[in-house]
Amino acid sequence: MLENAIYGSRRYWIWIFFLLSIIGAGFLAYLYQFKYGLGVTGMSRDVSWGLYIGQFTFLVGVAASGVMVVLPYYLHNYKKFARLTILGEFLAIAAVIMCMLFIFVDLGQPLRVLNVILHPTPNSVMFYDMIVLSGYLMLNLIIGWTVLSAERKEVPPPKWVKPIIYLSIAWAPSIHTVTAFLYAGIPGKHLWMTAIMAARFLASAFAGGPALLILLAFIVRKYTRFDPGKEAIQSLAKIVTYCMILNVFFLGLEFFTAFYSQVPGHMHSFVYLYAGYHGYSQLVPIMWVSSILAVIALVMLIFPQIRKNETLLGVACLATFFSLWIDKGFGLVVGGFVPNSFEKITEYWPTIPEAIITMAVWAIGFLVLTILYKIAISVKEEVVFDKYGERQIKAE
Amino acid sequence: MDRREFLKIAGMSSLLGIGGFSVASTVRSDLEASQIKANPAALTAKRWAMVVDMSKFKTPEDYQKCIDACHRVHNVPTVTDNPKHEIKWLWTETYDHAFPGNEDKFLSEKIKHMPFLLLCNHCENPPCVRVCPTQATFKRKSDGIVMMDMHRCIGCRFCMAGCPYGARSFNYKNPRTHLDESKENREFPTRMKGVVEKCTLCYERLAHGLEPACVEAAKEVAVKNGTTPGLIFGDLEDPNSAVRKILSERFSIRRKPELGTGPSVYYVL
Repeated sequence: MLENAIYGSRRYWIWIFFLLSIIGAGFLAYLYQFKYGLGVTGMSRDVSWGLYIGQFTFLVGVAASGVMVVLPYYLHNYKKFARLTILGEFLAIAAVIMCMLFIFVDLGQPLRVLNVILHPTPNSVMFYDMIVLSGYLMLNLIIGWTVLSAERKEVPPPKWVKPIIYLSIAWAPSIHTVTAFLYAGIPGKHLWMTAIMAARFLASAFAGGPALLILLAFIVRKYTRFDPGKEAIQSLAKIVTYCMILNVFFLGLEFFTAFYSQVPGHMHSFVYLYAGYHGYSQLVPIMWVSSILAVIALVMLIFPQIRKNETLLGVACLATFFSLWIDKGFGLVVGGFVPNSFEKITEYWPTIPEAIITMAVWAIGFLVLTILYKIAISVKEEVVFDKYGERQIKAE
Repeated sequence: MDRREFLKIAGMSSLLGIGGFSVASTVRSDLEASQIKANPAALTAKRWAMVVDMSKFKTPEDYQKCIDACHRVHNVPTVTDNPKHEIKWLWTETYDHAFPGNEDKFLSEKIKHMPFLLLCNHCENPPCVRVCPTQATFKRKSDGIVMMDMHRCIGCRFCMAGCPYGARSFNYKNPRTHLDESKENREFPTRMKGVVEKCTLCYERLAHGLEPACVEAAKEVAVKNGTTPGLIFGDLEDPNSAVRKILSERFSIRRKPELGTGPSVYYVL
């Protein structure tokens, strides 16, 4: 099946080389960071995690969200998701690879990364994060590849893959729960030390990930002959709607606890993020952009008339994705460090090399995703009919 | 463990077919990081602690002498070009910042502006150790010092997020460029970029029977001021130690004890 990735249209190759050029630029920026140290980033003694760890956190959510199509399909036999599952699984693979790369580029001594395996430390949440992420990557690779191969040969998938699929369904929430535990168990970081952190993470993941998947399904339908199905997209839109409502609700709970209790430590980070604290307000504009996008997304998603219009649904999904990307991929991590342990403020903003490296990791993710999707779609174009005898390829 | 015991375990496990790996791990769990024949003069304790007696420091220079002694002996770079990359093992903060949450508008002016000496608290239950994925930071079983293995640290900075005292610094760039080679202490290693570092309670000096550098400097300051020393160092588990004596007599405070970390640095005013 891999050979499908090396035959493509002119547009396919332009896109591949565009991604490769970003990756090349990122590689040079990384060499610079590797030589000089993490001092080339905007991080500091006070804000010791920044864009890299934020993106990692966000992308674990995208990876976990694959379960939102896998679960209804395999556990509830929701046939409309038959065509979408492979897109969800392959998106999870690309997302996990990005997660691992974001951790890697964030390390001060990247060549020592295997110390995590050499000196396994079960009391560190990072240890479990390594296990669940690599496990999830393997699960999705095995499942995605096996099921797709079976489809290509027009035979039912082998029986042994079923238990692995059930395992992956249970595994998906675990990767994001463990990621939330990286934050939720740290004493003295009020913004993070909240019992609903994992619940918030899952809610935002199951809104943001499927929103991205809908956008990808639109792109796939526009540029290839494969049609993931109108109804499947509408069902996914409902999932985005409910999870986005939950996400905003959970954030509201945090606000209530902080501002009704009036405990200063619980309020400070929120005040810094949304209003500015002691004159420091670098993050305020983007946090408001995130909030406004969330409101726009909610309004557009909640009304079925709007949601059912695919153009407007696309806008709603873009709003959802970027709202969560700012909130979780940036604000949540940086906000936890401001104010610092001394109730002092050091602000953070990524530098240009840091931004280039970040874009390059995304480009690697999109490269992996493009290749995987190319393979999947080539198979589907060949098979023409899905497992249930419905046409999955648009007529010429 | 002596050689006979080692051979016994090795022989037994080979017999059982467990092989060398488990032997190595058994041995490892019994060893301390710096296990060589201990210097008989070494200073030992069950749990080291420090009391900072603020009344004994008279001028800002008094604090600076302790800080300089520490930073000199440990080759701590003086990063002046970018405060974001600062490395601090021992430093000062005012009351509001050292004890956030305890701020008081009507606190006496004297205490409000007092520079409290801050360092790693060598917690009884250290969050940094809990979160470290490689055991590069670990609590030494024998005396409770929270140690750093700067050759194992992967630079993930989870410990910096985990420490509620801001006691940890990361080498955002090569620290050696900020060191004056002529003043370098050859007895203590310099660091490379990309690792975390902090106060290790002068474990290397204790092993030679010397008190921590800051404690020694505080003694010199005391001679100059004609007082008793402002830094008292001793065994918290020993009821007759100097630290226990002062803690039983004077009212002391610790930084953020409510977090359950069990800080071993006490402040008396």
